[in-house]
Amino acid sequence: MTVHNRAAFLENIAKKLGRSKSLTDKPIISWNHQPQHEVLKGATKDELVEVLIEHCENIHTEVKVCSIPSLAQTLEEVIQGYGKGSIIYSNDERFNELQIDSFLQSQPDTFKWQPALLDKNKEAAEKTNIGIVISDMTLAESGTIMLQTNENVGRTISFLPQNSIAIVPKSSIVPRFTQAAQYLRNLDDPVSTCINFITGPSNSADIEMHLIVGVHGPVKMTYIIVEDY
Amino acid sequence: MPMKISNDKFTDRLETNLKDELMRNAVASAQSRLQSRRSIAAQQLGNWEEWRNHGEEIRKHVLEYLDYYLYELSENVAERGGHVFFAQTEEEAANYITSIAKQKEAKKIVKSKSMVTEEINLNTHLEAIGCSVVETDLGEYILQLDDHDPPSHIIAPALHKNRNQIKDVFADKTAYTNSSKPEELALHARKILREEFLTADIGITGCNFAVAETGSICLVTNEGNADLVTALPKTQITVMGMERLVPTFEEMEVLVSMLTRSAVGQKLTSYITVLTGPKKTIEVDGPEEFHLVIVDNGRSSILGGEFQSILQCIRCAACINTCPVYRHIGGHSYGSIYSGPIGAVLSPLLGGYDDYKELPYASTLCGACTEVCPVKIPLHELLHKHREVIVEKEGRAPISETALMQAFGFGTGKSSVYKLGSKVASTVMKPFVNEEKIKKGPGPLKQWTDYRDFPSPEKERFRDWFEKRSKGGSNHDRS
Repeated sequence: MTVHNRAAFLENIAKKLGRSKSLTDKPIISWNHQPQHEVLKGATKDELVEVLIEHCENIHTEVKVCSIPSLAQTLEEVIQGYGKGSIIYSNDERFNELQIDSFLQSQPDTFKWQPALLDKNKEAAEKTNIGIVISDMTLAESGTIMLQTNENVGRTISFLPQNSIAIVPKSSIVPRFTQAAQYLRNLDDPVSTCINFITGPSNSADIEMHLIVGVHGPVKMTYIIVEDY
Repeated sequence: MPMKISNDKFTDRLETNLKDELMRNAVASAQSRLQSRRSIAAQQLGNWEEWRNHGEEIRKHVLEYLDYYLYELSENVAERGGHVFFAQTEEEAANYITSIAKQKEAKKIVKSKSMVTEEINLNTHLEAIGCSVVETDLGEYILQLDDHDPPSHIIAPALHKNRNQIKDVFADKTAYTNSSKPEELALHARKILREEFLTADIGITGCNFAVAETGSICLVTNEGNADLVTALPKTQITVMGMERLVPTFEEMEVLVSMLTRSAVGQKLTSYITVLTGPKKTIEVDGPEEFHLVIVDNGRSSILGGEFQSILQCIRCAACINTCPVYRHIGGHSYGSIYSGPIGAVLSPLLGGYDDYKELPYASTLCGACTEVCPVKIPLHELLHKHREVIVEKEGRAPISETALMQAFGFGTGKSSVYKLGSKVASTVMKPFVNEEKIKKGPGPLKQWTDYRDFPSPEKERFRDWFEKRSKGGSNHDRS
């Protein structure tokens, strides 16, 4: 952990800004404008679900809505739609709570992320057809899932497989990015080394502005909204 | 490639680009689409002016306290196990990064799109020590394969190429045998680049925003390439322009929300990734080592001066997508990796007037750029300031006739350029034309039209008109 050349660099900036030495005290922040809090203000959870579903059409993402008891069946349908094949999913306790861990374990070619297996996890993700994760917070406005990755929730589960499924607990849905930013700021523990905000499958318009869905990351994506309360 | 992308004279660049119908059509069509998507996104969000006010106050605050926020950022990056290198110059940044590559005995480096690494000519420095450097953004990859063709737009770098040209590049360089269908081209790139991600020693990224409070960096993409660049190689190096930071996640989200809408009309792009330090020992994917290189490279000389507000820029390209001049001359005419209004202001500041003195005149000063800027940079005023500096301090005043000609088509000497340029002007001037006369000319025309009506360039070229006019001919006389 090294910091090189800082003093001279910052002093030069301070000088340009008309200060004799660089600041080390936090400035007071007081914003005059805060429009972000007005977006979807006061919307009910059901209204947010509607906003989310509607926006998924724009982001090339399929949406299913189901209850906890029917989640396994819904998941099975989506997996079939993706041509079955191998599955990788995160080592997230919520798979158990949502009663689908045993279903996933019963599938013929399933891999659950395990830190002890080191690089084998990445190798599995690279060969896998479907990656499954659970959203930590879901932004209705933009149709975005948030993942705080860690040793049990690998980053590459959402990027290397051809198809991606995100389980979206209804309780995780908030109006927009603003609420996620506030949540992250208020955490007691340091933030995850990687936080992914994912909005549909990967895409590019670099060739003639023609939208291509599926470039480096997943080609297809489904959100399964689970009524968890 | 360095910031300067051409050694040709400005007028020669214009001549070449104005003749390139294919490129100009591609640019015009892309610009229209991006412009309309931005405008719909801003409208849908509502309250856009309040968002712009907030965007502006955030960026102004950060610049005002830049020394503090860089201090806080570096403290927090180090706290989370990362290394921070402050680089005053291109050479310092390149030397540090190449020293890491040597130390890691790196053979292959994958990169996600980054303007600042272009600015410091990083690929050339890394290639000079024997590293293979692979650009992984699809547009950048196409350009790299095509013998390092320069980018013509900061968001859509390969905008000037069509699918057939891209197919030919792929066929020539990667034994591609399929059609020119974009989906097939992209699938081909996916397969090649997937292998590169998996075998790279180092991943290099730019930085959309760094977050001082947590020592995080935020990357905004649609392809997901930045995520693979940072998840797979053992070493991650992030290079950021020193002004690209925010106090906390709360300001980050506001600026990201404005960036994605302004750039491509999306509420958010597919991937917004917030990375903090190297991976924990127990984690499986992510880099074992993280280096943040904070680059000045001329930025501090802009601070505290009359051009400071250009450092508010969040690189969304909304100004480029709305500029009538960019639409007609294309990105390569600017001779810099930074094109359009932002490029016309920034390039002379970072690269000097010797190379970029004409760029502030590559504008009608119509103010459309200023109106769309999400952080309210007064771009057209800064362009005007540049002209004042050039005239007053540099002693390189273009004579008023030249300025006028430039407003029409930027031809300064060669008549062929001028003729081409004046054809262009007819469309550039359209919004200002009233009954075939330019009533309220933008930019350099303003002073003229204050007291005389200008004939529309559509039917008569200025040079011809001017000759007739000075001989007492009527400006309605088109015989």
